[in-house]
Amino acid sequence: MSLGPYASFIVTSYALVAAVVLLLIVWITADYRRQQARLKEIEASGITRRSGRSAADIR
Amino acid sequence: MKLTETLNDLANPTRFLALTARTLPWLAGVTAILLAIGLYQSAMAPDDYQQGATVKIMFIHVPNAWLSMFVWGVMSVAALGTLVWRHPLADVAAKAAAPIGAAFTFLALVTGSLWGRPMWGTYWEWDARLTSVLILFLMYLGLMALWRAVEDPSRAARAAAVLTLVGAINIPIIKFSVDWWNTLHQPSSVLRMGGSTLDKAFLWPLLVMAIAFSLLFITLHLAAMRNEILRRRVRSLQMMQASRVAFTSEAAAGPKEIGAA
Repeated sequence: MSLGPYASFIVTSYALVAAVVLLLIVWITADYRRQQARLKEIEASGITRRSGRSAADIR
Repeated sequence: MKLTETLNDLANPTRFLALTARTLPWLAGVTAILLAIGLYQSAMAPDDYQQGATVKIMFIHVPNAWLSMFVWGVMSVAALGTLVWRHPLADVAAKAAAPIGAAFTFLALVTGSLWGRPMWGTYWEWDARLTSVLILFLMYLGLMALWRAVEDPSRAARAAAVLTLVGAINIPIIKFSVDWWNTLHQPSSVLRMGGSTLDKAFLWPLLVMAIAFSLLFITLHLAAMRNEILRRRVRSLQMMQASRVAFTSEAAAGPKEIGAA
């Protein structure tokens, strides 16, 4: 597969899309872990939901 | 009727979280498979007789451009959900979609620019299509700033919903800018009256990539909505914690004051 004289433009485009999509996935995954950790920390201090269920339990 | 029942069911955040826990792994798997197929087809697509291999940029530029408008459409429906139907998850959906929409719009602008340099001889031109998409990007950033500026989520939601609905005027302007004004950008070649003008060798990889990117958005959006629900749980538990601390210190201080009086 030859990309011709404008290969750098094509490769940069695909690399940039991959980088931004990867960044979104990492950011959303890290945010999920951060929220779960904060919920567990608060629950460990004795604060629970009115329902009595764990706030970190999503199932 | 069925749709109304489903929407009512999803109004319960706990039920929504359980649903996302079950569906997200499947959605992520299907998205990854479709992206792999789309990327393979894009790599194998022939060169265009005029544009050569740069036509391959189309397979990532067009899905991102479609999604930049589609995400604002989703946010507009969510804005109606906040203002009219007062659906509990509507503002969660709107807030979670904004950064993802901003990312797709950014990618549409940059890949378009990288495609434009070899084809038009310039990275940027202040024509109607490019400028209206840049405005869309700035509106996404404005919405994200608004969400961060107002601490109370329900107050931020109403202001953001109004701004989203006002900003929705820009979507038909983006779509029809190439028909209404003379622009450097080419007119629609896929979604147009009279059918697509693209050859099937380009159309199929483009459609697969468009479906893959749409599924990517749905997956990321559901995951971001789940995070937002958990963030609000953290906020309400922190408020409970703060009020308990205040109550405890008041109770401890109370008898002393009575004693002092």
